[in-house]
Amino acid sequence: MTVRIFVPIDSSALAVGAEAVARAIANEASMRGADVAIIRNGSRGMVWLEPLVEVETPEGRVGYGRVSARDVPALFEAGFLQGGEHAARVGKVDDLDWMHAQQRLTFARCGVIDPLSLSHYRAHGGYEGLTRALAMTSSAVVEEVVASGLRGRGGAGFPTGIKWRTVAAAQSDRKYIVCNADEGDSGTFADRMLMEGDPFTLIEGMTIAGIATGATKGFVYIRSEYPHAFRTMRRAIEIARAGGWLGADVAGSGCAFDMEARLGAGAYICGEETSLLESLEGRRGQVRAKPPLPAIHGLFGKPTAINNVLSLASVPWIMAHGAPAYAAFGMGRSRGTQPFQIAGNVKRGGLVELAFGVTIRQLVEDFGGGTASGRKLRAVQVGGPLGAYFPDALLDTPLDYEAMLAVKGMLGHGGLVAFDDSVDLAKQARFAMQFCAIESCGKCTPCRIGSTRGVEVIDKIIAGVAPEQNTTLLHDLCETMTDGSLCALGGLTPMPVLSALTHFPQDFERPAGARHAAE
Amino acid sequence: MTMQGQELSDSFDEGRAVRIIAGLAHLEGAMLPILHALQEAFGCIDPRVVPLLADALNVSRAEVHGVISFYHDFRDAPAGRHVLKICRAESCQSMGVEHLVERLRMAHRLEPGQTSGNGALTIENVYCLGQCALSPAALLDDEPIGRLDETRLDALVLELTGARA
Repeated sequence: MTVRIFVPIDSSALAVGAEAVARAIANEASMRGADVAIIRNGSRGMVWLEPLVEVETPEGRVGYGRVSARDVPALFEAGFLQGGEHAARVGKVDDLDWMHAQQRLTFARCGVIDPLSLSHYRAHGGYEGLTRALAMTSSAVVEEVVASGLRGRGGAGFPTGIKWRTVAAAQSDRKYIVCNADEGDSGTFADRMLMEGDPFTLIEGMTIAGIATGATKGFVYIRSEYPHAFRTMRRAIEIARAGGWLGADVAGSGCAFDMEARLGAGAYICGEETSLLESLEGRRGQVRAKPPLPAIHGLFGKPTAINNVLSLASVPWIMAHGAPAYAAFGMGRSRGTQPFQIAGNVKRGGLVELAFGVTIRQLVEDFGGGTASGRKLRAVQVGGPLGAYFPDALLDTPLDYEAMLAVKGMLGHGGLVAFDDSVDLAKQARFAMQFCAIESCGKCTPCRIGSTRGVEVIDKIIAGVAPEQNTTLLHDLCETMTDGSLCALGGLTPMPVLSALTHFPQDFERPAGARHAAE
Repeated sequence: MTMQGQELSDSFDEGRAVRIIAGLAHLEGAMLPILHALQEAFGCIDPRVVPLLADALNVSRAEVHGVISFYHDFRDAPAGRHVLKICRAESCQSMGVEHLVERLRMAHRLEPGQTSGNGALTIENVYCLGQCALSPAALLDDEPIGRLDETRLDALVLELTGARA
């Protein structure tokens, strides 16, 4: 009987040698005359275990973690085709604490199926959401998404259904669905993992969005730093079209929806929705002033629903299981689940999908296992380069949109980056300003000039030049950037800077002697 | 020791550029797909494509130039034979990428933004590759690299430049 072996093709797995492992398994199997089928799945999100090879046994899928090509002969010797004992064996993957403790809705199939197999996708509940949506009126679909409480997973947290309602109500000869897959925040990789591990979920979500709002064309804008995700998405779109799930007559419904994958060109600012639209239209990725909202006047001046990958990928589950089932997860006004990404200096980094309300500490310490270096955990940056740095005292803050705002932070795209006690928060604050200077689109003055001035002022504080006056100046500059910038890049860069100043003031101080020498 | 790798230039072929542009000009928002295709074909965006693009897309030359110069990806000269992009963002900082950059400087005399003397290897900064659970991360051409350390970095540079560390 053929034994099915799963070797991930996710780029994280490839980054630590999965390709060589897959080849070694194929060679060893043919040498031994073993009857195996190697399936290239996505990642389960246990990135610290990659390459995680799974073998299907009568008891379930048994995992072998951090496998290298060199281990392969020994694995065969140990009888891994029957789930045999070996140092790398981690047990039944579904029973691992890391997997067991999650609420996987959006990522239910990721790592389980072959990302480019429509039959795998359908066998695991794929296209049930679209099938149900096609049986409903378009306005009922919009109201279902409104009732689910789904909010924009890109960071802004705007209710997805309300945005769709605006696009649906707009009168136009042409409307668009645009998926923002310009996932540029350090510490985040959920969009990438989903596009590489379960691309049909995103296609299904965009198709539902099209049917709900009356849009017939979709674009997914993927950053060029993600060549694997781009290739997988493009391939998946072709397969879906060939299978009749995209095109002039989606699944025989008479509804038209088709889409294209487009590649960004290395500009962080294109993750801002209006810059992204400019870029798609073929221009410099410069921010547009709002209003008009993209929902009214978006891509090529047409009504456009622009949503994050995770927002759109949550929709198939919501449509298949109903809004109340989704809204039953979460806390307060943050309903449903969030794929959190644990990154940086942690022992066990990866993706964890949980209902809103889990604390920073639970993710970094329980799932993440503390720092990789073994040193003391000092700070966690939540929400990407524009998110706040939190000290130990705030790590019990629950992760939901409002609770994060209350501690002057933001959830962003759900990424957490851990730092040990070797971190210098003054340097991190300087980097935040420097990053803003590199990536500013240049349209508004507070961001374009403020970021460069921010670097200079922080340099002076670090050098001990008139630290009190310069700290006052830095606060003043941050206020100008927050209140005066056109978009979130300039508007939120002060967040990491001020959090570093507030929670780690000692990092900005220098001993009297050193200060004297600098002056 | 370092240079911008210009001697690789002049693979530019106007007829081929015109054909590439004509093949993609029908797309909605064709500018970026065309620029990517041109860079793929010639290794950089040759300034001679500016009037061709302006013509095909019915925009001004200034506008085309503005787009090319806005995006970090588009080069005005070809890179080395291999490009190593090193992630300098927060997650990789937390795992010591700055030490690796220092190692490149001190041991290999390579600096982000520059190409090795023999045109073999270009080093570039990148801000996030989405490999944040495997920091420090890099991208060698299109191949992702996770858990990068000094030993691996030295071996890579040695292999790609054929130089001694």
